[in-house]
This record gives sequence, C-alpha cells and structure tokens, in this order.
Amino acid sequence: MDKVFTRPNSLRDAETHYCAGCGHGIVHRLVAEVIDEMGLRERTIGIAPVGCAVLAYDYWNFDVTEAAHGRTPAVATGIKRVLPDRLVFTYQGDGDLAAIGTAETVHAANRGEDISIIFVNNGVYGMTGGQMAPTTLLEQKTATTPTGRDLKRDGAPLKISEMLAVLDGAVYIERTSVHSPAGVNKTKKAIERSFQTQMDKKGFSMVEIISPCPTYWGLTPRESLKWIEERIFKTYPLGVIKGK
Amino acid sequence: MAKITIEKDRCKACEFCIIYCKKGAIKLDKKLNKRGVHPAVFIDPDKCTGCVMCAIICPECCIEVFK
Repeated sequence: MDKVFTRPNSLRDAETHYCAGCGHGIVHRLVAEVIDEMGLRERTIGIAPVGCAVLAYDYWNFDVTEAAHGRTPAVATGIKRVLPDRLVFTYQGDGDLAAIGTAETVHAANRGEDISIIFVNNGVYGMTGGQMAPTTLLEQKTATTPTGRDLKRDGAPLKISEMLAVLDGAVYIERTSVHSPAGVNKTKKAIERSFQTQMDKKGFSMVEIISPCPTYWGLTPRESLKWIEERIFKTYPLGVIKGK
Repeated sequence: MAKITIEKDRCKACEFCIIYCKKGAIKLDKKLNKRGVHPAVFIDPDKCTGCVMCAIICPECCIEVFK
C-alpha cells in the first residue's frame, strides 16, 4: 500500500493548542501544503498575528515572525520591500485584521503591496474569551453581546473582502470556507493563487477563510458546520470577489 | 482496498472525519485517549476507499491514508 496522504514537510510534527473543531489547524496545513508544492519553503517568510494563531510559528517549519496586534501587513510591507524575492504572507484572524488592524490592512491593499493575506474569519475574538468582533453576525450571541448583536447598537458585520475589492491596489480577493472537504480543496486553490499572484509580482491579494469556532459559538463541532452553511454564508457569500 | 491510521492521542474528537466519511468506516472509540476524550478510530478496512476526505478535513492533521 502506498501512502496517499500525510503531513506536509512545512508543518512541524507538533500538537496544536487549538480547541476541538477549530479551523486554524486545517488552514495551517493548507498553507504548508501549498508552500511545499510550490517549492518555496526556503524563501517563505510568514507573519503570525495576535489572537488564537499567535503561536503559528511553533507549527510551521519555515521562517515566521511576529507582529504587534493588527500590524502584520505593515511588517509584511517592510520585509517584502527589503527582500522582494521572498514569499511574504500574513496570517490573521478577524479580531486582528478587521478591528485593531483595519488601517494597516486597508492601506497595504491600497498601496498594492506585493503581499498575501490569509484572513481566517470565525466571527469572534477567540483568544480573549469570545467577545464580539466586527465580523460577528447580527443577532449572534457573544460574551459582550449576550442578547445578540444589535444593528443599531453594534453596527453591521464588516465585510472586509468587499471593502478591499474596491481598491485599485488589490488584484485578487476570494472568500472560501473550511467547513467541508470541498471547501478545503477550494481554499487550497485560493491560497495557491494568492501566493502565485505575489510571486508574479502582480500586487496585493487576500483569501478570507470562513472557519468554525465551536467553543465561542456555543455549539458542538458538528453543529458549527451547520451554522456556517445556514447562517454565515448568508452574510458572507463565498466566491472570487476580485480578480475573476 | 485502502486504510487510514489515526494518531489517537492527537485526536480531539471533533468528529469531522466521522461526519464526512461517506462509508461509515470511522467511529469514536470507547476508550479515552491521553487528552481525556474519546478519539476517532478506524473500524472497517473493507469499506474504506481511500478517498482522503477524513484526512483533508482533520484539523489536527493526525490521519494518514494508504491505498
């Protein structure tokens, strides 16, 4: 019998600290697989966020640095400008990218920096205890919206991908999901396209990945897959948003 | 015929592999692993087609597939 599926070389043989059913582990693996397949492990520099994925550098087997909360696109800009032949990507959650790091994200996209952003959107702050994020759905209950997110009080969910798509500097933006094997395959293709866009020096690209957070959605992992299909996709439809 | 191996002490029992195994070849073990959860266990080599759905949805990357 031949081995047809195993851990990619760019993913360390380490146990993750993520909760059961968290999508971060899947996205970590996809990034590692794409880097292996593109043969870029020696030329990759990742930038880990602040949030649940803050320890990503312990899981990847290539160079990874860390940035202050939300500032990964600014750090990526610096690294890419000094080392333009490297694959430079940021890995960010929705608290990091869509709240404290909105300015850095918008301006990096507007300048058309040759970087890739892997944006993992699960609609809550995970690391700090499940508070409302800008991407939290309307009526969704979180630690800071115990009666559900209210449009008048809290505003509407922030659609970062659609926002960035109107900027001239952004060349490729896609929203995918890791709630099913088909979604995982599509996400892998999107990450590959984003990295290729950067290596071809075409400009800024971002992949927004809808990912389950059963712990802070108050659901079982099984229920969280259903929640993604029935609730999240209504607010965040999948597909290529820019660069069709 | 195909088979999978699951690193039982890494499994967090999210059941994603069980949900997406169309052949019902995976179930939760009766015994606990060192994490204190009932890990996924491969039960039926006759049913397994090596489709790798379980492996690509596993957040812990603890499933290997042989064909």
